[in-house]
Amino acid sequence: MPTEPVIPTESEPGWFDQRLGLASLRRLMGHKTVPLHSASIWYYFGGITLFLFVIQVLTGILLLLYYRPTTTEAYESVQFIMTRVKFGWLVRSIHSWSSNLMILAAFIHMFSVVFLHAYRKPREVTWLSGIALLGLVLAFGFSGYLLPWNKVSYFATKVGTDMAGSVPFIGAYMARFLRGGNDVGGATLTRFFGFHVAVLPGLMTLMLMVHLILVQMHGMSTPPWVRNLQARQMPFFPNFFLRELMAWYGALAVLGALAALLPWDLGEKADPFSSAPAGIRPEWYFLAPFYTLKLIPSHVWRVEGELVGLIGFALLAFWWVALPFWASTRDGLGRTKLVTGAGVLLIAYLVTFSALGYWR
Amino acid sequence: MEHQRRALVRWLLGTGVGASIASFLYPAIRFMDPPDIPEAPVNEAPAGKIQDLKANSGKIVKFGSRPVLLVRVDESEWRAFSAVCTHLNCTVQFRDDTHQIWCACHNGLYDLHGKVISGPPPAPLEEYTVRLRGDDVVVARRT
Ligand code: HEM
Ligand code: FES
Repeated sequence: MPTEPVIPTESEPGWFDQRLGLASLRRLMGHKTVPLHSASIWYYFGGITLFLFVIQVLTGILLLLYYRPTTTEAYESVQFIMTRVKFGWLVRSIHSWSSNLMILAAFIHMFSVVFLHAYRKPREVTWLSGIALLGLVLAFGFSGYLLPWNKVSYFATKVGTDMAGSVPFIGAYMARFLRGGNDVGGATLTRFFGFHVAVLPGLMTLMLMVHLILVQMHGMSTPPWVRNLQARQMPFFPNFFLRELMAWYGALAVLGALAALLPWDLGEKADPFSSAPAGIRPEWYFLAPFYTLKLIPSHVWRVEGELVGLIGFALLAFWWVALPFWASTRDGLGRTKLVTGAGVLLIAYLVTFSALGYWR
Repeated sequence: MEHQRRALVRWLLGTGVGASIASFLYPAIRFMDPPDIPEAPVNEAPAGKIQDLKANSGKIVKFGSRPVLLVRVDESEWRAFSAVCTHLNCTVQFRDDTHQIWCACHNGLYDLHGKVISGPPPAPLEEYTVRLRGDDVVVARRT
């Protein structure tokens, strides 16, 4: 009896291919294309954010070799890293600068999604996972900021956790949970350290996976104004990937130059029995809410100002998180002009209030 | 019959798993709430020597675990306030140029009775009593 003819499809898969199913992975990569149009450059920023996160993980692990999370040793251990450990100043400077660039890249990425209207159906959940990632990145920044235990970070943490305390009903529990006690102190440092190096990296990795799987599943969105969808596409692999690699080199160059030429400052050691220094202000990404808090008077009608501020921020955040759900009408027509306007307004608020917070 | 049996099994499984999760979560959530560390009640605290603080100046002194702002208004007039800003918890300072108490965090201003002059603080600073005993300055809680 004649055996079934063997139809040669591709060359016989190799040893690894047979065991790891690399072919399906390659097929997955092969399907992905990136739309080419005048705004394609914005597609690089998600990747840049990811790249900077990898740098954070690597430099963070290096810092862990010497850093000590106690009020008596934290400041001194960072000082030790900067003055005694070989390349310690560079590793710490890269970790600090890269955290700032990463937050900037994440914001640029988010606004590019808004202006390219990439949040539209079926990508609503991708948007939500992206917002969660932005929240995690800001939490990384807030928790990491305290770790050197210097004056500015000590007061920034007092203010930040006190705001959490004015949330109605659960505020008191939240503030105690964050501080590990009734006030910012050694227990807070221990907790923030745990958040920063264990809880947040875990959550971040999980969320990144969700985000990337969704992006891969839906493919890259094409902005509504690009008419001919099939017109020009670039294969993701290797064409776009190699360009992304060049973008990473660009980011690395900027990062390296900043870290080496403007080494990150350590400031003065925190002292719970000293006054908040004049000119104190948070990191730039918290300047807008900071300046807003400064403007709100002690009472608005009969409600305490900080509660009013908190409710305002919560409403703003909710409105922004829900963007994909108010961005189209019932019958699926996009309100793209409205969304673009909202994005411009939010940027205008963030930029002017940050600038005022910085200079005033 | 078959249908009811399935519903029962599903209910048992659901409540079982739910109860297990709750029994894991409850202790974990309680664990996260930090225990109260009892502090010895402090009613007064030493605040240094009279000659250590010039007229028209202020300094932070330790009152148990809390900071208190001691102000020497002039040669004979002393005042003390809780140094914890009533806005968002920063530590305030005495301004010798304006003779006011200032919080650098969001520009809160208090007068030398602890009353809010301007800025976001919602309530006055709690005032403490200053006692002079020979050369020593002592700060005490008002009762
Ligand atoms: C697994 C990931 C990470 C680990 C293990 C890690 C570890 C550390 C350690 C040990 C420190 C204290 C040393 C120091 O203050 O220089 C630190 C500080 C800091 N981290 Fe991270 N980190 C990680 C990710 C991140 C990310 C993603 C961000 C960004 C948003 C970030 C932002 C910061 C900031 C702003 C500081 C304060 C830097 C300073 O002033 O010294 N970290 N981190
Ligand atoms: S904490 Fe003092 S003014 Fe805000």
